Amino acid sequence: MTRSSTEKREAMSAEPMPTDAVTDQQTASATSGSEPAAGRRAAGRKDGGTGERGALNVFSHAFLIAWVVMAAGPLIWVAMTAFRPTADFLNDPMGLPTSIHWQNFANAWTEAKIGRYAFNSLVILAGSLTGTMLLGSMAAYVIARFTFPGNRFIFLLFAGGMMFPVILALIPLFTIMDNMSLLDTRPGLIIAYIAYSLPFTTFFLTSFFRTLPSGVQEAAMIDGASHTRTFFQVMLPMAKPGLVSIGIFNFLGQWNQYLLPLLLNNEDENNYVLPQGLAALTVSQGYAGDWGALFAGLTIAMVPVLVVYAVFQRQVQAGLTAGALK
Amino acid sequence: MKTETQPATGGQTSGKQPSGRTRTSGGPAFALAIILPPRFTPERVRNDRRYRTLDKYRFIVGFLALPLLFYAVFVISPFLQAIYYSFTDWAGGASANFVGGDNYVKMWNDEKFWDSLQSSLLLLVVVPLITLVLGIFFAYMITAGGRHRRGQAISGVAGSSIYKIVYFFPQVLSIALIAVVWQQVYSSRSGLLNGLLGSVGLEGLEQRWLGGDYKLALFSTMAVIAWSFVGFYVVLFSAAMGAIPKDVYEAALLDGAGRAATFFRVTLPLIWDTVRTGWVYMGIQALDAFAVVLIMVPPHALKVTPVYLYERFREGQFGYATAIGVVLLVLSMIFTLIVMRIGRRDQIEY
Repeated sequence: MTRSSTEKREAMSAEPMPTDAVTDQQTASATSGSEPAAGRRAAGRKDGGTGERGALNVFSHAFLIAWVVMAAGPLIWVAMTAFRPTADFLNDPMGLPTSIHWQNFANAWTEAKIGRYAFNSLVILAGSLTGTMLLGSMAAYVIARFTFPGNRFIFLLFAGGMMFPVILALIPLFTIMDNMSLLDTRPGLIIAYIAYSLPFTTFFLTSFFRTLPSGVQEAAMIDGASHTRTFFQVMLPMAKPGLVSIGIFNFLGQWNQYLLPLLLNNEDENNYVLPQGLAALTVSQGYAGDWGALFAGLTIAMVPVLVVYAVFQRQVQAGLTAGALK
Repeated sequence: MKTETQPATGGQTSGKQPSGRTRTSGGPAFALAIILPPRFTPERVRNDRRYRTLDKYRFIVGFLALPLLFYAVFVISPFLQAIYYSFTDWAGGASANFVGGDNYVKMWNDEKFWDSLQSSLLLLVVVPLITLVLGIFFAYMITAGGRHRRGQAISGVAGSSIYKIVYFFPQVLSIALIAVVWQQVYSSRSGLLNGLLGSVGLEGLEQRWLGGDYKLALFSTMAVIAWSFVGFYVVLFSAAMGAIPKDVYEAALLDGAGRAATFFRVTLPLIWDTVRTGWVYMGIQALDAFAVVLIMVPPHALKVTPVYLYERFREGQFGYATAIGVVLLVLSMIFTLIVMRIGRRDQIEY
């Protein structure tokens, strides 16, 4: 089994060579009209080429590694400093941890309330992500699969919402929330997250639902399934790849949201979500002079996200860049 | 509910749904079917042609009502209100007197506003350039910087996915967290940057990166925003470059194109659409820069327009703050139009 598959792979990888050579020669004779061009190139590949290309390869790795250091360096420094006592850190910010010093993490968790902020974030996210995915996919499905008057208008209404800077809407939003007694409440924040995630979610999922085959939907209807049942039991499972991408996008976007909670959830420090808590940490830990707890708090906030990202990196990268590629 | 939602949106699309041609007995049973689930609907009504249309519209309305309601109340109406309030002296209370263009006149004469706008415009112009150039450079290195293999005109570097994973780190972190991390990196007393400079014997270059000079604070802010987005563009552009067929590169190589020529004549034109979209997106991000500046930079050193808006809001000058918001909206629209214009060229199909 394994041998045959490797043989097959070898055969497949070897296959392009002859066809390549043929097309190469054809193109060469077509463009320059001379056989030696192809010959020169083949020779160049064998000896001179490898040297030059090899040097370039080292060159490109050097640049790429330099940016690895740039991108990860500050984060690694934060994580390492989290294990050092504050006094050591103030003497020499560059030093390595001499022993594992867990006290900072304990301080961050209890005194700097990182645990509490993370819990708040989780509660909000549980509501907002579920709501966003449910409402977004419902709206997108109807827009994508049904013809009715106003269909295009509603689609453009959602699409247009992506282009406006959120900060413009925030002040009236603040008073609307206040009038509905939703200011500084969890339901209020959840609703705001959902409302501001809907434009992109709906836009993205609409184009995704459009690509699904219509035959399955018709078959389900002929078999007597209602519209609602067709949606939940047939179309949603088929849309899973799209739902995963946009789900990751919304997960990170809502988990990392700073602007909306700053405005709508600013009253009681105990209700802060994680990004708010981290921003408040610089002030509070600065006064207390407990920099160790600050670094530990940053590490606690950072590491789980990075680990989850590293596991699902392909989906995360696809999910976050999906918007720009559309 | 039903009758309200439908016609309000109408007029634009083809309304070619099958309307019941057989107008037989409707009556109370049919009216009741609007609210009954199908299984409780009488057989006679369910077999009516009109019932299918009714069932369809009931479903459409049911599914659209809640999303549209949320969206209209919490997104669309605040945007429209903001534009209206920018012409009033609203201070957050119940009364908002129409004052015409007073807020805009005030803004015109507000020196601090112009200072903040200068910073924001510099961010808008410079940050996308730095970020996109770095993003394209690293993406090209990843896609085309590899050791030459048999039968391939172009090959990616070994471990390209590792590079992309690490580069993408800042994108998955909250912008608030990034601002706090960089505040510590820039810290003049115990920061990573001054520590590094000190440890290699360049104490002379140690700076108060954020709290002192305006230019230095602006430069430091640009660096942080660019830093956090480069990885995103590396992933985006390397995906776009990967979609270019290999035989295009083969042809370029046969024609004797070197690496530079291949890049400028082949790669860049073929990914141009993605670059342009990325440029617009990055510009809007840089124009915002709200969280980074608010959290990281001391208020006396540097203000960007969104932070200036936020301060006016906290002072209760709601009308004036919304007017600043409208200016930001107009700026981002102008920016988008300019980029789409500069970057316009023929679509290349491959």
